[in-house]
Amino acid sequence: MSEISVKPRKIPPGPLEYLRRWPMQVWLIGVTLFLYVPLISLMVFSFNDSRRNVVWQGFTFKYYERALNNESLIQAFTNSMVIALFATIISVIVGAMAAIVLWRFRFPGKTAFHAGMAIPIVVPEICMGVGMLVFFAKVLPWPQGLMWPFNLGAIIIAHVSFCFPFVAVVVRARLAGFNRELEEAAKDLGASEWRTLIDVLLPHIKPSLIAGALLAFTLSLDDFVITFFTAGPDTVTFPVKIYSMVRFSVTPEVNAASTILIVVTVLLTFLALKVQGSSALTAGHGGGEAKK
Amino acid sequence: MEQSWRQSKGIFAAMFSAPLVWLVLFFFVPLGIVWLYSFGENRGLIDIAFTGTWSNYAKALEPLYLGIFAKSIWVAALTTFLCVVIGFPVALAITFAPDKWKPWMLLLVMLPFWTNLLIRTYALIAVLRTEGYINQSYRFLWENASGFMTLIGLAPLGDFTPLNLLYNNFAVVVGLVYVHLPFMILPLYSTLDRLDRSLLEASLDLGAGHIRTLFSVVVPLAGAGIASGILITFIPALGAYLTPDLLGGTDSQMIANVIESQFKRANNWPFGAALAFLLVYLTFIGIALQGLLDRSARKRGAA
Repeated sequence: MSEISVKPRKIPPGPLEYLRRWPMQVWLIGVTLFLYVPLISLMVFSFNDSRRNVVWQGFTFKYYERALNNESLIQAFTNSMVIALFATIISVIVGAMAAIVLWRFRFPGKTAFHAGMAIPIVVPEICMGVGMLVFFAKVLPWPQGLMWPFNLGAIIIAHVSFCFPFVAVVVRARLAGFNRELEEAAKDLGASEWRTLIDVLLPHIKPSLIAGALLAFTLSLDDFVITFFTAGPDTVTFPVKIYSMVRFSVTPEVNAASTILIVVTVLLTFLALKVQGSSALTAGHGGGEAKK
Repeated sequence: MEQSWRQSKGIFAAMFSAPLVWLVLFFFVPLGIVWLYSFGENRGLIDIAFTGTWSNYAKALEPLYLGIFAKSIWVAALTTFLCVVIGFPVALAITFAPDKWKPWMLLLVMLPFWTNLLIRTYALIAVLRTEGYINQSYRFLWENASGFMTLIGLAPLGDFTPLNLLYNNFAVVVGLVYVHLPFMILPLYSTLDRLDRSLLEASLDLGAGHIRTLFSVVVPLAGAGIASGILITFIPALGAYLTPDLLGGTDSQMIANVIESQFKRANNWPFGAALAFLLVYLTFIGIALQGLLDRSARKRGAA
């Protein structure tokens, strides 16, 4: 943020030009450093040629090589990607259906349904995690030893449960700007209900479906706590794997693997920006949006 | 106009069933069972009987667990307070930034938020640990200062003792602030952005200073946004599991860590369930309080 404000100008700062006042600049630089120094140093030191990982010893790719040759790490990464992919697809479908129903119909119990959809967003992760643990232990024991990727089913179900309400919030916001007359016009011109839905409504909400998908994908990829309670020994995801590695020690392999995931996340964020403009930035902010 | 569901039953049923079934079966049923377990008792190794007992809740009120609850609430409150103090100026700066910079500044705030929680916590470990970057820099300064002292004829500073920054409560609070800061900045920004700027200009024109304007004009007007920011920082901070687990020491356990150990190690599911539901009740109380505040603020706005 520093380069934003250094352009010297002779005009004194206007009353509300907070950015051009030095205490504010110092504060912003401080906050930016606080947020970014840990992440950037993690990424930089993943290229450091030293086991102890403290002093810079020279550039190397060897920890990436080691991370990429670590079979269990790769397996965990693949698991995470597959889970995120399936969870995203299901979340987008179910979430969009919920949003459309809430937007379009009056029905008894609508308020309750609306409130019920907000609960997975606000309930602490740990409570949902133990809920999933109990559910898959007692009610619906997921068969052990299934063929990959079917053994990931329990985790996918758990992920969809916390992802689809977020998708519904994003799609609902987009539907608020839809002109219902378009739908009526389509029906007047002889289109059936389904046809109207697919040819008129779906194209309108398409950007929000993509934004919701990216959001669900990131949420799923990010989740540790709920997965930690749902995962078995042969269904380790990337965050769970990193967790067990971190518990033992701070190693450069973890830095390398983390850097790869950070890069994936940054790319996804920019993709979301390209699709939806800057409003995509705040879409992930579930708690705040859901209550509006 | 919204349609009545009766007008197109087929499409309504088709669209409604999937989300309803999913929500009930894969969210409310699991939570409901945990709720039932919180009134149950262990029978044997794996069986749990629903006896309708309150003993699990009574156990949660024992001083040991009450202390952990009090501590979790205190840590979450401190985290939230620090997030408000650190985040408010940032939100203010973004609000009054020129339009072309706004998206970039928001992006700068959001990028860490999108990054994996575990990776962010891990990154903090590398900064805070004994041979981490802070202690490295501190040691460098210390040794140089020590050398300087000998140079000018004073006694050197003595042996370097690294700062204990990790595996204690300090690290937990730093970690929670680090993780939750974006949660706070965004709702603050979205309220401040809707603020009528002419009110601020009027206050400044009429001779109030920036600090006075901030506390007499901006803060009262942004009350609802501040409240929602506080809520969405406080709730996840209260239920935080990973941060106290990885950054905290033996005395930094929070509720979530106790819940986890009851379910995974101690194998006392009914007690863990009671603790989890106490956390859920606290969450709902928080939301209800915020709703009340919101309503009274709106009433005042209307009057």
